[in-house]
Amino acid sequence: MSDTIKGDWPLYEVFVRGKRGLNHVHVGSLHAADDQMALTHARDLYTRRNEGVSIWVVRSEHIAASTRDEKDPFFEPSADKVYRHPTFYDIPDDVPHI
Amino acid sequence: MRFGAQEFFRGPGQPFTITFGHRVLLPRENHVTLEPNEWSVGKLVSMATTHSAEAPDRDGLQEHFDATIARDQRIEPRDWMPDGYRKTLIRQIAQHAHSEIIGMQPEGEWITKAPSLRRKAILFAKVQDEAGHGLYLYSAAETLGADRADLTTRLIEGRQKYSSIFNYPTLSFADVGVIGWFVDGAAICNQVPLCRSSYGPYARAMVRICKEESFHQRQGYELLLTMMRGTDAQRAMVQDAVDRWWWPSLMMFGPPDDASPNSAQSMAWKIKRHSNDELRQRFVDMTVPQADKLGVRLPDPELRWNEARGRHDFGTPDWDELKRVITGNGPCNDRRMERRRTAHEEGAWVREAATAHAAKQAARAKDGAAA
Repeated sequence: MSDTIKGDWPLYEVFVRGKRGLNHVHVGSLHAADDQMALTHARDLYTRRNEGVSIWVVRSEHIAASTRDEKDPFFEPSADKVYRHPTFYDIPDDVPHI
Repeated sequence: MRFGAQEFFRGPGQPFTITFGHRVLLPRENHVTLEPNEWSVGKLVSMATTHSAEAPDRDGLQEHFDATIARDQRIEPRDWMPDGYRKTLIRQIAQHAHSEIIGMQPEGEWITKAPSLRRKAILFAKVQDEAGHGLYLYSAAETLGADRADLTTRLIEGRQKYSSIFNYPTLSFADVGVIGWFVDGAAICNQVPLCRSSYGPYARAMVRICKEESFHQRQGYELLLTMMRGTDAQRAMVQDAVDRWWWPSLMMFGPPDDASPNSAQSMAWKIKRHSNDELRQRFVDMTVPQADKLGVRLPDPELRWNEARGRHDFGTPDWDELKRVITGNGPCNDRRMERRRTAHEEGAWVREAATAHAAKQAARAKDGAAA
């Protein structure tokens, strides 16, 4: 019996666009036999109260993720480039619109 | 461990975009060096240990974990975490998920018997929500490396538990109202603090669930208000349901603090935010005025307002009864488990058919591409 249970539907990650003008945001995961069923299940599970106008589903195994942990040096290159931020630049207070 | 469900676009407990926003909007006076703020402390810890590509030693990981908890930030799926933390979470989240799934039964029995189309539709939506809550929670458990099918097997084989409350029968339609009012009310007391639980996916699932529980509680209370405006027989039904559900509802918060040995560790890990007794007290304080408004009597002779404490005093639930129900000897344990097992087994052909269909479609698509 546990064999039929293990005849498992693959895991999908679900991304929902809450409304026009917003990005799709990851909301959770679910199991489904195929893409179409994943979309239907995602609708039933994550948008029962008009939480979305568009849904993406993608097999979890197809996602490449960056780091094991947030302290991973992967993000180091952005840490020392303060000149990328507008606050790096001193502008006299009396210069308008900047 | 298999590749578990993922969590993307995240900062510590926040969508990634928000984290990024904080990074960009550094205070003006910090513009020369990027001073560590609450979003970047993880980096500091890493600099204190090692910059090399090799994993820091185990102690460094533990320290990093402890520091994240101490700062009240969220632990996320791919972070290192102690085995005990992972196991405790899987057990708690699975038990919570099972409760939602088994919790469909007591009220589900009333869908066909509800007295109007309006009540049927409401009940249908509520029971569907319970299924949804179970699935949000299984999804959260899967981010810890648990497998949903395996958790279901554990439930069906009686190796994992669900809330004691669902082992009581729903004898009249008033029970549907009282479950919404008491059981979902108690669940809200329990779950609102869990929205700040230290494990990100669990906390986010709780946010979603709490939003929906509010509908559950209100539909129950409204149902009871309607019945209380009805006949004497209807009012008696409400009082009877209140009498039967009050004590089991108080037991939902678990054993008293001095008999709950795992609570301290869960609170240190910030998985749990308040003790069982504190949550029980909150539920009583919240419910008493609602009972007054409704015009029912809560069946506790010791229940009274304590001016000095600014809270209600109340009697002690029958802990032996809780023990009996938890260990499988409640009024409906066998029925609930049997129903869940049957539903799972009778649904097997659907799962298999969907798998076969998907395989056939995939093969056709492949052939079509080759041709």
